[in-house]
Amino acid sequence: MQTVMLHGAGDVAEWRNVARSLALAGTRPEEIDWREGEEASLFAAQPLPSPSAEVASLRVPRAFLDLAEAVICHADAGRFALLYRILLRLQDDAALLSVAADADIAAAHRMEKSVRRDCHKMTAFVRFREVPGDEGSVRRRFVAWFEPDHHIVRRMAPFFVRRFADMDWMILTPKGSAAFQAGDLTVSDAPAVKPDLADPTDALWLTYYASIFNPARLKVKAMQSEMPKKYWKNLPEAALIPTLIEQVPSRLAAMAYQAAQAPPVFHARIQARRQDVDAEPPAPSGTLAALRDAARTCTRCPLHCQATQTVFGEGPDTAELMIVGEQPGDHEDLAGRPFVGPAGRLFDRTLGEAGIDRAATYVTNAVKHFKHEPRGKRRLHRTPNAGEIDHCRWWLRHEITLVKPKLIVATGATAMFALTGEKGRLADHRGSVQPFDDGSALLVTVHPAYLLRLPDPRAAEDETRRFRADLVAARDWLATTPARPSTSNTRNAAPLPETRADGWHAPPSPPR
Amino acid sequence: MRKSLRERLAILSDAAKYDASCASSGTTRRDSSNGGLGSTEGSGICHAYAPDGRCISLLKILLTNFCVYDCAYCINRSSSNVERARFTPEEVVWLTLEFYRRNYIEGLFLSSGIVKSSDHTMEQMVRVARDLRTQHGFKGYIHLKTIPEAAPALIEEAGLYADRLSINIELPTDTGIAAFAPEKRPDGIRRAMADVRLQIEDAGEPTLRTKTTRRFAPAGQSTQMIVGADGASDATILATSARLYGSYGLKRVYYSAFSPIPDASSRLPPTKPPLMREHRLYQADWLYRFYGFGIEEVTATRADGMLDLDMDPKLAWALTHRDRFPVDVNKAAREMLLRVPGLGIKAADAIIASRRHRRLRLDDLARLRVPLRKARPYIIAEGWTPLRLIDRSDLATLIAPQPQQLSLL
Repeated sequence: MQTVMLHGAGDVAEWRNVARSLALAGTRPEEIDWREGEEASLFAAQPLPSPSAEVASLRVPRAFLDLAEAVICHADAGRFALLYRILLRLQDDAALLSVAADADIAAAHRMEKSVRRDCHKMTAFVRFREVPGDEGSVRRRFVAWFEPDHHIVRRMAPFFVRRFADMDWMILTPKGSAAFQAGDLTVSDAPAVKPDLADPTDALWLTYYASIFNPARLKVKAMQSEMPKKYWKNLPEAALIPTLIEQVPSRLAAMAYQAAQAPPVFHARIQARRQDVDAEPPAPSGTLAALRDAARTCTRCPLHCQATQTVFGEGPDTAELMIVGEQPGDHEDLAGRPFVGPAGRLFDRTLGEAGIDRAATYVTNAVKHFKHEPRGKRRLHRTPNAGEIDHCRWWLRHEITLVKPKLIVATGATAMFALTGEKGRLADHRGSVQPFDDGSALLVTVHPAYLLRLPDPRAAEDETRRFRADLVAARDWLATTPARPSTSNTRNAAPLPETRADGWHAPPSPPR
Repeated sequence: MRKSLRERLAILSDAAKYDASCASSGTTRRDSSNGGLGSTEGSGICHAYAPDGRCISLLKILLTNFCVYDCAYCINRSSSNVERARFTPEEVVWLTLEFYRRNYIEGLFLSSGIVKSSDHTMEQMVRVARDLRTQHGFKGYIHLKTIPEAAPALIEEAGLYADRLSINIELPTDTGIAAFAPEKRPDGIRRAMADVRLQIEDAGEPTLRTKTTRRFAPAGQSTQMIVGADGASDATILATSARLYGSYGLKRVYYSAFSPIPDASSRLPPTKPPLMREHRLYQADWLYRFYGFGIEEVTATRADGMLDLDMDPKLAWALTHRDRFPVDVNKAAREMLLRVPGLGIKAADAIIASRRHRRLRLDDLARLRVPLRKARPYIIAEGWTPLRLIDRSDLATLIAPQPQQLSLL
């Protein structure tokens, strides 16, 4: 039997050196008697065996070293033997660590978990109290007393160094202590004695602790599972717990029986003032601004429930060119502006290449709310149905009436349907300028989002070129066609399909 | 007479206690080795627990509990006779730093009643965060409640100093908000959340010049919904959550069981807070975010759109989908393992890692900390088949936890 004396505590290097010698000498786990700390000093030290020729070298995965570093901090005397057993088994089975169901690995994980928990509780429950600092030093000084389950002071001291770098502090525990002074850390494994500490700021902390507690939600078990009683003796706030619990019934009863009181006097004053503020002057009716305001609270179809906001058209009300898309997408819904997402960027680029100034163009959508389906952290676009397009056509119709564009470009099938009622193939209508309702003209092309969806880059390039050519055709048509007469003349053109009988000049009052 | 700091701390923390969020996790890693005070290292730390079982991680206070809004569910509404107080920004900075130095807290969660104007209030809150960061080199966690109507420039500045921003949606439906919080604008709240998401995404894009990213609310945004103040069903609440997660990339939706408040509006239920309902909502929320369940799947088990209070939503789903079981732990895909009652994410991943090396038996699962009593009827393992247990009509009573009378003490 080989007796091994270890200083113990949380010193992984010490165990590692010894374990390496023993393993290289071919010592079997059951031949070792591990002793630590004071117990070790009672036994005579035994020299470690010399390496055996049969064991060439030791190989362990990086994860084992991490595991050992944590397990060695555990207070259980069996940890040295357990780690040694795993070390030897790893030589034959390199994948052993991933078999979480193995008895040794499960035991090591349990110890690791217990150490981690203890470490975490130390970061949480150490309470510093201020003590007088060195004379002439600007650094304030704090001292804490803490009682960990395991040998974790050495492991956790760097955490406190990173956190409390600008002050001097000392953490004293029965399992060693750490001191940080003027930027230097000293750690000792010697047990410390509990000091007498008092700090007037504790009174403020206790006030906070008592006030943040909601007596209507008393859950003592939940508290104790996270803040076990063994920690209470060193937590100043824990002294309040019995009283806080005891007062719950009377506090709840007092709250329930309190008669309803008249509101304080300032309440009426505030209410009166708010009503003045709320009454903002509306935009003059019959303008694009008024139309946009009214659309903000549109609830004609259920799409508004899912969307962030109405994305109304934008651009000058004197624009010669109006471009109609399908509906706002994820980005447009957030930003509240049409054509600003990925398809919008492609749209802007192509518009620029075609020599069209977006700032002089009126850009809008057939449907003004984003239709989508939540999928985890994302929203999947869904094409609006005919009913939704019908509801929203009311707005589009009035945008056209007010802007009176010379030419309308419909991008995609939804826009085409909204403008013409035509459900056929987009390709049958694409590319040529056709006369349209109320003296304007219509050009149908694809939606830029379609170009982004094409999987084949060659096809995408070709289609983008065709899209650009359509926009160039629109520009050329505008340049060569005389301005619209100011009075509307209905030529033999396709009328905008009727949807509802609502008259524009009396917009429905926005629902609140 | 002016109230002492301690008296005002009592009032302004009491006023903040109805906000459920106290998280301090998920922000950038930083420490004070290059000056200043404080650190954040990924996971949050709960420095204490109150007897209500809630974690105390942050100094959660209001700058002031004076408020011009009159939201029925709120203790600070203008028609309430609650005692009022205010802090100066300097006092909040002092309290945060002194509490932090004593390791009471991870940082600050600052909210406020609305005084004078939204901009004025937001400006004061931003000032606290700015002073902490720039004057005192504070590296701890800061959570700022944002006011939807505040100027975009203020929200932008808030995001530069804060780890997390939050705007409470308060109630799951627009009609609920209109009824209980008449001054709040649901569309304004949504737009503000949308702006924050755009800012966060914008900050994540490297700029052309520097290739480095800007810092903007690195711990993201969150919100809170009050449960049980209005008549909304769990299905409505969870559908709203799904929409918020998908639309605004929220890190968390907090559910807060409506808790009776002193001097309450007569329009509110005077009952005990529905704590079990709140718990089930969190479980369902978890199933949606981490377990691959759809909201409809979780809420379809009952006709009234409410979650079963007697059993967790995963068990309720499994009992109505017995044809999907038993699941062979040695073969099944991760998605299906996650649907087995009793198997969490850790257990499912440990099963997948372990089964590469050997076929798993029930005692292996026990070592992986799988609660066998709950999981056994739903799984096949080496040497174990549940036989006809799954077909028994009394399966629910066999494995469901024994009903317990909930009481206050």
